[in-house]
Parts: sequence; structure tokens; C-alpha cells
Amino acid sequence: MTSTKPDIEQIRKDFPLLSREVNGKPLVYLDNGATAQKPKQVIDAISGYYELENANVHRGVHFLSQLATDKFEAARELVRGFMNAPHLHEVIFTRGTTEAINLVAYSFCKAFLKPGDEILISAMEHHSNIVPWQLACEDRGATLKVIPYNEKGELIQSEYEKLLTDKVKLVSVVHISNALGTINPVKEMIRKAHEKNIPVMVDGAQAAPHLRIDVQDLDADFYCFSGHKVFGPTGIGVLYGKEKWLNAMPPYHGGGEMIKTVSFEKTTYNELPHKFEAGTPDIAGVIGLGEAIKYINSIGIETIGAWEHELLEYATEKLLAIPGLKIIGTAENKASVISFIVEGIHPYDIGVLVDKMGVAIRTGHHCAQPIMDQFCIPGTARASFAFYNTKDDVDRLVSSVTKAVTMLS
Amino acid sequence: MSTIAKKQAELVEEFSMFSDWTEKYEYLIDLGKDLPVIDPQYKTEEYLIKGCQSQVWLRADKVDGKVVFTADSDAIITRGIVALLINVLSNETPQTIINDPLAFVDQIGLKEHLSPTRSNGLVSMMKQMKLYALAYQ
Repeated sequence: MTSTKPDIEQIRKDFPLLSREVNGKPLVYLDNGATAQKPKQVIDAISGYYELENANVHRGVHFLSQLATDKFEAARELVRGFMNAPHLHEVIFTRGTTEAINLVAYSFCKAFLKPGDEILISAMEHHSNIVPWQLACEDRGATLKVIPYNEKGELIQSEYEKLLTDKVKLVSVVHISNALGTINPVKEMIRKAHEKNIPVMVDGAQAAPHLRIDVQDLDADFYCFSGHKVFGPTGIGVLYGKEKWLNAMPPYHGGGEMIKTVSFEKTTYNELPHKFEAGTPDIAGVIGLGEAIKYINSIGIETIGAWEHELLEYATEKLLAIPGLKIIGTAENKASVISFIVEGIHPYDIGVLVDKMGVAIRTGHHCAQPIMDQFCIPGTARASFAFYNTKDDVDRLVSSVTKAVTMLS
Repeated sequence: MSTIAKKQAELVEEFSMFSDWTEKYEYLIDLGKDLPVIDPQYKTEEYLIKGCQSQVWLRADKVDGKVVFTADSDAIITRGIVALLINVLSNETPQTIINDPLAFVDQIGLKEHLSPTRSNGLVSMMKQMKLYALAYQ
């Protein structure tokens, strides 16, 4: 791993929002796990598209339609490279990670899930990787099984192996937990599932901004992430799927773009990836996402990962010095997410007070209620870092939390 | 001036003396600590108003024609605001609770806490207080 420190000061200039004030104080933005800020390059690409290039894609022979289509498809190629997907047509644009999971839960399960079968997820999933499978299982008369984790927040691999029975038709697991920060050993988990011919979907929403995604190295059957967490726009996301599965799955939504021929008797579907992209896509979103990936590439994902790891270690040490503070999620292999609680204090109160001091963190159950139930807590306060965060940001977080705790004690 | 309007005017006056956010929130935290806690037997699912962030328990009784509220929350700042709402709305007739405008939250700069995105149970709590009043009419 290369560990050249990124030029943070220069990078921060690319993010207009980072220089604003909140509650009269310079903003410290530590809610990157919820959504990341956007560089000027992304904002300009989106407004530039609407100002000069707007036209519908994949139709029309006129100049602008061609231009928009070229830009749209160039972004697909950027995404393909970003994930190292083997084929361009295996990259499907969705509205986000949630829609990508819903797509697979609907279409894969419609083709392959039968009564008595099982879908296997983990106990640290975001609601988006729980509920679509519950819906599918309910619909098909199948059962949802759950891989447990230990007190550090690491999936128990021996339990996973036991759960990988012949009944399991698909495993869907999170790459990095949004609430705990755990980086799951997905490559090894995929290998174990494949030994039993079980395909695996990986929820990469939290992983894509932090580490190199290589779907070929992982041998993932499906992998998805959201544009807005990788410094791109909201409302756009990506589903990678192996061609053999995508071809065997029925369409998710019907409409324009996804068809080849339509008559009232019979409709034939378009080729991949269009088969799964019904309707006019979020063209500006796709172009913005492409620009975000270019931006990440210009810094280098390894450089990003190394800097975030340094921030994680620095913040962990500083936060643990606050009396009564406990970190929830202490996996050996962890991303730059710190969930914490302070004894006797509700996380909401901490969130409200640090916000007054200009520090944006997330509080609550992080859309992962089963995790909070397992630790018997109402929620946590969570600081999640991006490459544009600094050690000064960490210091501001620590002093704000310290002040909040003093006020609340 | 109705008693609700009077109570609100007093709160606005009181809050105007705070020079910064720290004083205001320290006051709210103190109020939260002082709030007469709801009888534990009512801290049940039946009286629970679930928020995504914090939770509120609310109960209402009718005493001599007036609605008396008791409440609690698991977060102390939420509890402080609950205390303010109870201060203003408790011991009033159902008619007053239903009809009199509630403007103080905005005037003392705590509007953000009653935004639906906060999901701290307070918006639902205010609705619930009015519903109790309607039921006790």
C-alpha cells in the first residue's frame, strides 16, 4: 500500500461546502458515512451537463443526444474500471445501493428462490440489506438466516460455515459495516460460499469510498454501492452483477430503454445492461458519478485509505481518553468509522450539543436497529471520516464531545 | 391574555436573558433533570412515542376539568423541551389546548428540535397532547 499523504489543504479547496460555517463556527463534517461532500469538479460536471449537453440518451440521432450518450457511457466505463468489472454490460445504474439490493432481491429471487430455500445475511446489515430479503422470502416462502458476530463486531466465521447449507440460494453481506466500521473478510466468505456453489452479493456502500473494489479478485457475484457516498450526487448508484446471473434474471422494472420489441402479445427485452435500466436514467447523476470517480482516481484510493486509517487511529486514541467513553465496534480490521457511547448519556444529547459547536456527526441507530439491540443500547454517536478530514477536525470533535459530556453530567 | 399565552410570554422573556447557546442548553438540561418523572408504571409501550433518535412517554389525566400531562424521555435535552411543553400545556382546559397557538418554541430558538427530521419524538408528542385534549373535551 502506498502511503503518500494527500495534500489535504489543497483537496479541501475543491469542496466548497467544507469552508462554510455552521452555528457560527467553521464546519467540521464527520458524517461521511451518511453522505460525503462533493468536489467542485462534480458540481460543475452536473451543471455543465444541464447548461450545455442535456438530451436524452440512447435515442435520437441529433448531436446532443449523441453527446449525452457518449458521456453517459464513458461514465459507465469509469465505474467499470473503478470496480474492475470484467464487462461494461455488467455495470447497471440504479438509484443507489438500496435499489441495487432490491433489484437483486426481486429478480434473482423470482428466478431462483423456492419455498423452503434460505437467504443468508449477517447480523450487522443496514436495513437496506435486511428488508428486501425479508420481502423476497415472504413472497417465495423462503427463510432468512443471519450470521452472528462477536463482541468486537466481527462475523463469526465458524457460524457462517455452519449456516452455508444446501438450502442457501444466496448470501448477501456488507463489506464495511456503517454502524461498527468492521471490514468483513468478504473475499474469504465468497470463496467458502462458492465451494458450495452459492452466489454472494456484497453491499459496498461504505467500502467504495475507502478501499479498492475489485469484483474479479473478490469473485463477487453481485456488488453494489451508492454515488453520494463516493463524493458523487445523490440518487445514483451501481449494481455490478455477473453476466450469467443477470442474463438468467427477469427484469425488475418495465418501461422504455429495457425493451427490444413491444407488442400487446409479447415483449422482448433489451440486452444487458439496458434490460435493468428501465426509463430515462439519471443522466446528470451518472455523469456526476463518473466525475467523482475521476476525482478519487486522481488522489488514489490507496492514498485515501492510508490517510483515513491514520485519522481513525488518531481519533480512536483521543476519544478513548474521554472518561466513560466506549467505542462500539472494535474489529481488528476497521474502516474510518467510530461509533461510540458515553456512560449515562444519551447519544442524541451529544449530537445536539456538538452540532451547536459546528461538528456534524450522526446519532441514532444508523438504520441498523438489530445491532443496537444486540449491544442493548438505544443508539450511538458516530464520527465517520473522509480523506478531506484533518487531525484538527478530530481535535474539534474531541473537544466538543468533552464539553458536551461536561454539560450533560 | 390567556394563561397559555402568559406562560409562553414568560418563557420567551426568560430565554431572552441567555447570552449564548451554552446557557440556553444548560438551562434545558437542568429542566430535563428536574422534570417530574412519569410514574414508572406508565413507562410502557402504551404511552411510548417512538422517535428514531430519542423516545418520549406521555400520559394525560383529566383533573377538575383540566388536562394534566406527565412525561419523560430517554434523552435529557428532549426531556428539557418536554418540560417546557408540559409547563405551557398542562393544567389547561381541553379547549385552550386545542385552540391556543403555540409559538414559544419558535420564539426561543428551539424550532429545530420540533422539525420532523430530528425524529426525537417531540413532533408526535405535541400531536398526541392535542389528541388527548380532543379526547377529554
